[in-house]
Parts: sequence; C-alpha cells; structure tokens
Amino acid sequence: MDWGVYVCVFDGGAGVSADGRPGGPVGYAGFGGGAIAHGGGAHAGGPHAGGPHAGDGDHHGGDGAAHFTLRGYVTGFIAAVVLTAIPFWLVMGKAFGSANITAAVILAFAAVQIVVHMVYFLHMNAKSEGGWNLLALLFTVMLVVIALSGSLWVMYHLNHNMMPDSMMNMHNMP
Amino acid sequence: MSEVMLAEAEVVTGTAPRFHLATEHHPENGTLFGFWLYLMSDCLVFACLFAAYAVLGRNYAGGPTGAELFDLPLVAVNTSLLLLSSITYGFAMLGMQRGALRVTLFWLAVTGLLGAGFIGIELHEFAHLIAEGAGPQRSAFLSSFFTLVGTHGLHVTFGIVWLVVLMVQAARHGLIPENRRRLMCLSLFWHFLDVVWIGVFTFVYLMGVLA
Repeated sequence: MDWGVYVCVFDGGAGVSADGRPGGPVGYAGFGGGAIAHGGGAHAGGPHAGGPHAGDGDHHGGDGAAHFTLRGYVTGFIAAVVLTAIPFWLVMGKAFGSANITAAVILAFAAVQIVVHMVYFLHMNAKSEGGWNLLALLFTVMLVVIALSGSLWVMYHLNHNMMPDSMMNMHNMP
Repeated sequence: MSEVMLAEAEVVTGTAPRFHLATEHHPENGTLFGFWLYLMSDCLVFACLFAAYAVLGRNYAGGPTGAELFDLPLVAVNTSLLLLSSITYGFAMLGMQRGALRVTLFWLAVTGLLGAGFIGIELHEFAHLIAEGAGPQRSAFLSSFFTLVGTHGLHVTFGIVWLVVLMVQAARHGLIPENRRRLMCLSLFWHFLDVVWIGVFTFVYLMGVLA
C-alpha cells in the first residue's frame, strides 16, 4: 500500500530502515522514503524496462504493508470462493426451512467475505498510510451503518404509521 | 535526497527537531491515500443506493417480485467472473512487482475480458427483464434495482475503459513509476467493485429470491 516505501527498495536499505522503526517516526520516515523514491524513480525504471531483473522483487525485507504475495492472493481467492459458494448453495438448495435464518446466515457470510477482500485484495491493515486508510474506512463504515439502519428504521415507522388500518384506529381514538 | 536523510537522522537522534522538510514530500505518497478517500466517498454513494433498495425493494406495485425474476445460476456465473477478475488483477500486480511487463499486460488483458464478460451477462439480464415488461418504470422495487445494479455495472464499465488506457500506457512507456502508481489505483478500484458486488449478490439477488 505504501508506495513510497515500496519504491524505496531500489535505493538500497532506505526502505527497510524506514519501515523497521516503531512509533512516531515511521510516518515521517515514510514521507522521506517517498521523496527518495521520487529521485530514484528514473534509475529504477532503467533495469526493469530492459527485461527481467534476476530475483530483485522478492527481498523487500520487513516491508509487509507494501509487498504483495502470490500466497496472499491465493488465500484470499480460495476464502472468497468458499464464502461465495456457501450462501448460493444455502439459497438455491433451500438448506434452511426458515427464510429469516437463511437471510441472517448469508448476511454474516457477506460481512466475513468483505473483510477477507479488504485484507487480502485491498491490502488493508492498520499500518498502511500511517493508519489513515483504516481510519477513513472506519469512519465510512460508521456512516454506512447510520445511513442504512437509519433509513430502514425511519421508513419502517413511516409505513407503520401511515397504514390505512392505523388511520382508522386514529379516528376511533378519544 | 541527502537533505531528507539528514532530517531523518535528526529526528532519530532527537537533536535540533525540524518540523518541515525543504523538499516536497507529497506527490508519491498522496495519490494512493487520496484515491482511497475517493473510494470511501464512492462507498457512500452505494450506501445510499443500498438504503433506497432496502426501503423500496418490497414495493412491487402488483408487478413481478425478485423471486420470479432473478436467475440465480446466471448471477452465480457473473459473481465468479468478477471474483476471477479480482485474482487475475492480483496476478497482474505480482507481475508488475517483478517488473515483468509482458506478464502484467497479459493478466490485465484477462482481467479486462472477464470484466467485459460480466458486463455482457448483466446487459443480457437487463435486456431480458425489460423485454418481459419488468423495466425500471414498472415498480419502485425495479427502479431501485436497476439504479443500484446499473450504477455498479457503470463503474465496472469505466474500470474496463481505464484498464485499456493503462494497458496502452504501459505498453508504450513500460512500468515507469507513474504507470505503477496508476495500476495501484486501478487495483484498489477494481477490488473495491468486487466488494460492492458482494453486497449486491447477497442483499439484492439472494435475499430477493428468499422473500
């Protein structure tokens, strides 16, 4: 995720040292890495444009946030396939007698699958962009929950209070 | 470069703290975070459309219901196409990471074709619904259905356009830092659309058939 630190590896140890430092300076050093990468970009492009560069992509050292791995994608994909297949099977095979139970179960599967996609495909973690990605995501999730539950709650009560039979009841009220 | 290193060293040793850098440090790091914020705002757009569907999704106006209209095997095929396109984009990113241009372009092409297949099936489904008289004007349920699923489809369509443009850019200029950054942004966008689709197939199709 952190592109600056990722590109840094072409410049030697800077990326690793920037990443290895705990606490406050990490974000700062990350920015420094970005600036270094800016200067080193042209030189990084050289060997790569020419052709395969023997095994250079695989020793980013400690750069967990930025380095994508085949294992990560495959793990995420297998989990996603399983988490997709089960809800379809539950609904198409009518596994549960009650529609409400099925609905609750497939919603739970969807929630888990969204987390799996976030972690393995979108590479979300607490460290990317110094934690700001996660903070923005949590804020958005909060807004989404308010928008969805609020709409349903308000509109349910609106429907309930505007029902013809409840209008009739109102007339009978003292 | 040396100035940045110097500033870094000062922070570590704690002598003479400096609170700004002489050099600009925004460009490389800012783009991905900014794009992430765009995705979060896009997420709110979808949240509103999901909320509209949640409220109106059972208002059939005497018309057909989801259980009568939705073809789950077709939706399952569509879902697997999009899921496959997610991992093929991942393979493209792994290729990019190694600096292998041809591998990257190949997997991008596969991703684009899978995306096009998804859009093709979705358009076929829409055409079928409209031909049956279950167009967006039939009921509040169908209006909100077409708006939600159509908006997602439009996003995928523009994702494919973006993907083709980036393939041309990468083929012409190679995997330069600018192209890598653009491919990273599209990666976020593409995987984000797959996340939205999880909500669509669960909430709209599967729960629509249940009702």
